[in-house]
Amino acid sequence: MILKINNVTKNFGGVSAIKETSFSVAPKEIFGLIGPNGAGKTTMFNIITGNYEPSSGSVIFRNEVLNGLKPHHIVRKGIARTFQNIRLFSSMSVLDNVLIGFDFQARYGFMESILRFPRFIGEEKRIKARSMEILDYFGMSAYAHDKAVDLSYGQQRKVEIARALATNPELLLLDEPAAGMNPSETEELGELIKKARSDFDLTVLLIEHDMKFVNQLCDKVLVLDYGKTIFEGKPADAICDPEVIAAYLGDFHND
Amino acid sequence: MVSQVSFSLEPNGFVAIGAYVTALLLISPDAKSYQYAIADPYPFVMTLQSNFVVALLLSGFLAALLALVLSFPVFRVRGDYLAIVTLGFGFIIKILAINHPEVTNGSLGLNDIPEFSNLYWTGGLAIVAVVVVLNIVNSKFGRAMKAVRDDEDAAIAMGVNTFKAKTLAFCTSAFFEGVGGGLLAALLTSISPDLFDFFFTFQLLIIIVLGGLGSTTGAIIGTVLVMGGSEWMRFLDEPMNLFGYETTAMPGMRMVVFSLVLIFYYAFCS
Ligand SMILES: Nc1ncnc2c1ncn2[C@@H]1O[C@H](COP(=O)(O)OP(=O)(O)OP(=O)(O)O)[C@@H](O)[C@H]1O
Ligand SMILES: [Mg+2]
Repeated sequence: MILKINNVTKNFGGVSAIKETSFSVAPKEIFGLIGPNGAGKTTMFNIITGNYEPSSGSVIFRNEVLNGLKPHHIVRKGIARTFQNIRLFSSMSVLDNVLIGFDFQARYGFMESILRFPRFIGEEKRIKARSMEILDYFGMSAYAHDKAVDLSYGQQRKVEIARALATNPELLLLDEPAAGMNPSETEELGELIKKARSDFDLTVLLIEHDMKFVNQLCDKVLVLDYGKTIFEGKPADAICDPEVIAAYLGDFHND
Repeated sequence: MVSQVSFSLEPNGFVAIGAYVTALLLISPDAKSYQYAIADPYPFVMTLQSNFVVALLLSGFLAALLALVLSFPVFRVRGDYLAIVTLGFGFIIKILAINHPEVTNGSLGLNDIPEFSNLYWTGGLAIVAVVVVLNIVNSKFGRAMKAVRDDEDAAIAMGVNTFKAKTLAFCTSAFFEGVGGGLLAALLTSISPDLFDFFFTFQLLIIIVLGGLGSTTGAIIGTVLVMGGSEWMRFLDEPMNLFGYETTAMPGMRMVVFSLVLIFYYAFCS
């Protein structure tokens, strides 16, 4: 198992966003985290990435406990993420957005960059070439020099995934990657994630509301409702599970 | 998306430090021996001595070192609070300068600083500073700084050590402010705490906002406009003959006019 969530609870004041949840993700798996609004899915991501400290329980990645590590250290261990609301760097070009993923991987010092040493020039060339390769993979290299915020919604989602891949992760966390996309864009994205899994040697943990997308893509799903696990197993079985249906219908009536 | 703007309002503090360091290193022991009127100088003050280049470098490094020490408390706060905390630092430096006459000669200030600075020094170093800044901007360090400015949490999620990025930006600017202070001291030949008032920071802020936050070219254009403009409008402070009426001299009149011009500029042109 590449990721193990052990009995994690997260309280915000009096509210428990996650209650004693455990699950494991196997290497190269595409694992879906689903559930109605407010179920605690994004909170789970924030616990894995170190943005939140769990109230109790532990997160283990490749046999190492992550609790207490700073988010930027956890990224360097091989966990990258995208955000539910796209959070690209708005003043920067698409290429510069992706280059940020190489920040901790470029090996040159401050003085070397001021004096334009050969090592600086070589490293910049290397990370720019790698960034262009990744953008090319997502069919986005033509937009490399455009401002990221000028792209369409679907394109911005792709740039966010490209940026996350630039950190060279083993585990990729995608928070509603298909949100706001039309059906054909969604289908294309699903194929792209499947392909990226083998081309980049990835394990993927994703949050998604679109059940068709989840069904087509995920090997396994965990369904959360009010912070509690109500189902774990194959996506096709989740759709027929009475407790899952009740949770979603309840959510539907509340809206 | 609203981008969060965080100012640091401390430049007068670092400029003051650079000015005092350069002054103490350049004033001859002879000139030091007669100008300390408030208190006797510490013995080490008398022995401080170096050439101009070393004085400027030390001014820069000392300012940067202080910035490094300050980053630990300062970067616990974000946004508006940062401006308030750093503004306090500027005042503290000024008060320290007044209250430690054994080093700074208190409110009387330091005089007889050799006039080493001139247009070639200031212009030449300005060019060096611009090249250095552009080289930093176009490297992973500058990209990390921009990413932190755009969205700090997203930068962290890309593995950026945002504390390091902020500290580096803060120390680099402190270095150049320190060197600038040294140049100022060696140009004016005398300095005193009054020189480093909030007015000084205010002028810098006008330059930066006029040029556009976060733009190097903008900062250069802003400097030329503000400094050139305030020199050109000097005649406003003097007695004038308006349609036959003789007005009395009104010191500060040009700043009033200048502020009005800026207000109109921001209200209608931006
Ligand atoms: N920082 C926080 N402080 C207080 N409460 C929070 C915080 N973050 C999340 N919550 C609460 O925790 C619960 C779970 O939120 P979370 O964002 O994890 O839901 P989600 O499953 O991602 O929902 P959605 O599908 O709407 O994105 C919600 O009730 C939310 O209000
Ligand atoms: Mg969410």
